[in-house]
Amino acid sequence: MSLGKTEVEYISRLSAIAVEENEVDQVAAKLSNILDLFSQMEAADTDGVEPMAHPLDQVQRLRADVVTEQDQHEKLQEIAPSAEAGLYLVPQVIE
Amino acid sequence: MHNLTIKQMSEKLHAGEITSVQLTQHYLDRISKYDTELNAYVSVTPELAMMMAEQADKKLASGEADLLTGIPVAHKDIFCTDGVKTSCSSKMLDNFIAPYDAHVVSQLKKVGMPILGKTNMDEFAMGSSSESSYYGPTKNPWNHQAVPGGSSGGAAAVIAAGLAPMATGTDTGGSIRQPASFCGITGIKPTYGSVSRFGIVAYASSFDQAGPMTRSAQDSAWLLNAMAGFDERDSTSLQREAVDYAAELGQSLKGLKVGVPAEYFGEGLDADVEAVVRDAIAEVEKLGAEVVEVHLPNKDLAVPSYYVLAPAEASSNLSRFDGVRFGYRCENPKDLEDLYKRSRSEGLGAEVKRRIMVGAYALSAGYYDAYYLKAQKLRRMVRDDFTKAFESCDVIMGPVAPTPAFNIGEKTDDPTSMYLADLYTIPVNLAGLPGISVPAGFVNDRPVGLHIVGPYFSETKLLNVAHQYQQVTDWHTRMPAQYQ
Amino acid sequence: MSWEVVIGLEIHAQLTTNTKIFSGASIAYGAQPNTQACPIDVGMPGMLPVLNEAVIGKSVMLGLALDAEIGRKSVFDRKNYFYPDLPKGYQTSQFNYPIVGKGKLEIEVDGVKKTIGVTRAHLEEDAGKSIHGAVAGQTGIDLNRAGTPLLEIVSDPDLSSAKEAVAYARKMHELVQYLGICDGNMQEGSFRVDSNVSVRRPGEPLGTRAELKNINSFRFIEKAIEFEIERQIELLESGGKVVQETRLYDSENDVTRSMRTKEEANDYRYFPCPDLLPVVITEETIEQINASMPELPDAKRARYVADFGLSDYDAGVLTGSRDMAEFFESVVEKTAAKDIKLCANWMTSGFSGALNKGGLTVKQSPIDADKMAGMLNRIIDNTISGKIAKQVFDAMWNGEGSADEIIESKGLKQITDSGAIEALVDEVLANNPSQVEAYKGGQEKMLGYFVGQIMKASGGQANPGQVNQILKAKLSD
Repeated sequence: MSLGKTEVEYISRLSAIAVEENEVDQVAAKLSNILDLFSQMEAADTDGVEPMAHPLDQVQRLRADVVTEQDQHEKLQEIAPSAEAGLYLVPQVIE
Repeated sequence: MHNLTIKQMSEKLHAGEITSVQLTQHYLDRISKYDTELNAYVSVTPELAMMMAEQADKKLASGEADLLTGIPVAHKDIFCTDGVKTSCSSKMLDNFIAPYDAHVVSQLKKVGMPILGKTNMDEFAMGSSSESSYYGPTKNPWNHQAVPGGSSGGAAAVIAAGLAPMATGTDTGGSIRQPASFCGITGIKPTYGSVSRFGIVAYASSFDQAGPMTRSAQDSAWLLNAMAGFDERDSTSLQREAVDYAAELGQSLKGLKVGVPAEYFGEGLDADVEAVVRDAIAEVEKLGAEVVEVHLPNKDLAVPSYYVLAPAEASSNLSRFDGVRFGYRCENPKDLEDLYKRSRSEGLGAEVKRRIMVGAYALSAGYYDAYYLKAQKLRRMVRDDFTKAFESCDVIMGPVAPTPAFNIGEKTDDPTSMYLADLYTIPVNLAGLPGISVPAGFVNDRPVGLHIVGPYFSETKLLNVAHQYQQVTDWHTRMPAQYQ
Repeated sequence: MSWEVVIGLEIHAQLTTNTKIFSGASIAYGAQPNTQACPIDVGMPGMLPVLNEAVIGKSVMLGLALDAEIGRKSVFDRKNYFYPDLPKGYQTSQFNYPIVGKGKLEIEVDGVKKTIGVTRAHLEEDAGKSIHGAVAGQTGIDLNRAGTPLLEIVSDPDLSSAKEAVAYARKMHELVQYLGICDGNMQEGSFRVDSNVSVRRPGEPLGTRAELKNINSFRFIEKAIEFEIERQIELLESGGKVVQETRLYDSENDVTRSMRTKEEANDYRYFPCPDLLPVVITEETIEQINASMPELPDAKRARYVADFGLSDYDAGVLTGSRDMAEFFESVVEKTAAKDIKLCANWMTSGFSGALNKGGLTVKQSPIDADKMAGMLNRIIDNTISGKIAKQVFDAMWNGEGSADEIIESKGLKQITDSGAIEALVDEVLANNPSQVEAYKGGQEKMLGYFVGQIMKASGGQANPGQVNQILKAKLSD
């Protein structure tokens, strides 16, 4: 399978990764190679096979509804790229 | 001191013949001497190491020490370490000082194992050569032209070169076993769920599993004892009774049924590697084991299945690296979209971006069934192959990788050829089984490992098989001449 | 030709837990920014979710109340998209296997009953909040709300008017509060109603819908839907087309307005969250929860009418909230004679009236069931009359103490000593000879005048029954 510019732009948007105009062909080619690898799956007969999401057949364990976390926003925000007044900051979003 | 086995180190520490401070300083000195060339560490933490060594010595003196108290350890830079940079070898996390410890890190801190530093790796554990690191490739201590394997290449290299007595690694598609094979050390990936993933930066959550990387199987058993165990903070952590992974060391291999899958010795396997692996299996036979042929018919479907599923999970797991709350943020973002797209494309490397994009595509509208769902079905088929194979054998043996360590730069331009370097290890991750790589010989000056895979929770058996093999071979004790 | 209105509601009910759905951080409302956002909520590297057990029981309760299928094996999925208030870049939700499946809810509009289908209810985590204006030129992100447990309840498109939609929403609002699974506070966003509105010609396929969001009162929901129906009909009748979009209600101008939306369609790439395992709910768990279910409002109303002989109206007031019903039942329990009528009268008039006047909820009432019952007991044992009781009630409401304390300190005890009453009667009759004459001459209505005078002279404290009896006896002498 071969990806074109439209697909690369779509994937770029979904994954929020910029692909520069001059990189599109190269990115498309490498992604297409990987999709070729995927196409090996087509021939396999998987009728009636249950999809497997986890290696072990376990069920979800539950946590008691008890507060165990204390405020540590100052510590966490020390490593934030931009924070002020207890808030993480991003460029203005118009809603 | 670095030529001692862990058992000897532990005995000397407990007897007061050496101190943890001396031992730790010895390794720090070796790191200063050798690592500039090797590039196996992303960060070295001498102050933390020495402080912990002092505490370990107090613990040793008090008589309340564990077997591994005072023995230094190097953590793969994927384990969050409180107050220490945890980069995942990515520019994205180059400024990330973790505000907490991964479960594995806190477990080993409790034991009193001084932290020497954080080891280099493929960026976000995505790779098989450690070349995709933001900090540059790590060299293979046996041959500086060669890669150490990956993604836990730094960890394998520090053990091989004697720059740490023990190391932690993670294995998503072979990232402990393949570098262990390439560097001539012992590394085990336990059953999925044995070691808590809490605080390990996630690559592909339903595959990621941490394990020890050491010289010998006995060392691995001891380190795994300290790393494994139930952790309520990880929903996939197994609630089992505590296991002593060293419990079976010393058992005879008489009557052990070794399955050898015909599919693991077919096209693509380097003839010299095959010879090493077959010799190793013959050695195990001499110890009383019986070889039987088994089949893993869907082996070839494992690679495409894995390269759909792992990137799909990764595409979602790595969405949190968006330049908002931690990590790299681009200069002067003009709006929100610019902030996201530039922070991510500048902060992440080519292979990581490729996997995120391919994973997002595999989950996107119109492709989910053909790629993601199909791959999940194949995952079950691969698992069922193993279940069936283990009906007629106790363990499976074969190669870890189709070739010895390849040269730096050899495969960087062709991602899919790099993916095939994991064709023997990936099926084990799809199934969630335990697997170990044991040093078994060399092709020229490059080590080759023997791959031993067992049913769920058979770690104690795998470690004993490796241990028995290491009683009659000395591959695991060899060191590259320049590091001796 | 007429138009048919098709409405479906998506209700987000915030569950009344102590902590978040996947972390041990508090969900208390109104905390300083990010002080209740732990590393898991902030989506920090290596952090993992573990499911809060409280959300399971609460979801199953709703499922049982809606007579719905319970998801024996429900699965959490990731809904992937980038937004600053979504720290992990995905929302953990349930897509293919929700915890509550198909159910139903009966509503009543203008005396007509109608059963509305509930498509499903699924668990998910709330996002954080974007804060504009706190820091100039930037948007601030507060993640305290991130990870708050929500149950999203999706109705079938069975609602065919704004009135029905609001009746359904109110009924669900009452139900979740009865069950104690949601506090129902619409101002704080604990109960959010999104309405999907479309119109069509009878017999035709469904029309394009618009979604009305962020409306925090039932009154405005009704008005917004009404406006939206009118807008769509006018648009279609003038040859226009309805665009699928999100619209916001402007209550000042009573119109809905299009929210600026991205033109690109979303592709959320749902897939099972690999950090969480399937949630299995056993028959045993369901039975345990079923056994602990409170009586539901419809059943309670019916019981009040049938067993207590209350009017539909009184039963409605007394079951208006679970707190009210519990208060009432507790008062009945604590009154000596279990005089249900007396209790009901005081609850629906005096108590409810005082709450309404003060704009208070039952929980905020200054008097508790003990105090209320204490006063009613004094009416029952004739210590005070119904009239004096009003004074006592007001004093209790103002925090002046219990009924007994107030009766004592204000000297409100009813006069039942027949000697004392006789003296009062004699005094009044002596002072009003001409009225006595008139009475004896056949003007029987004078009796009321005498009673009034006697009660006045007693400061309202004479037992009215005894006064009547003694007065009549004296006058017939």
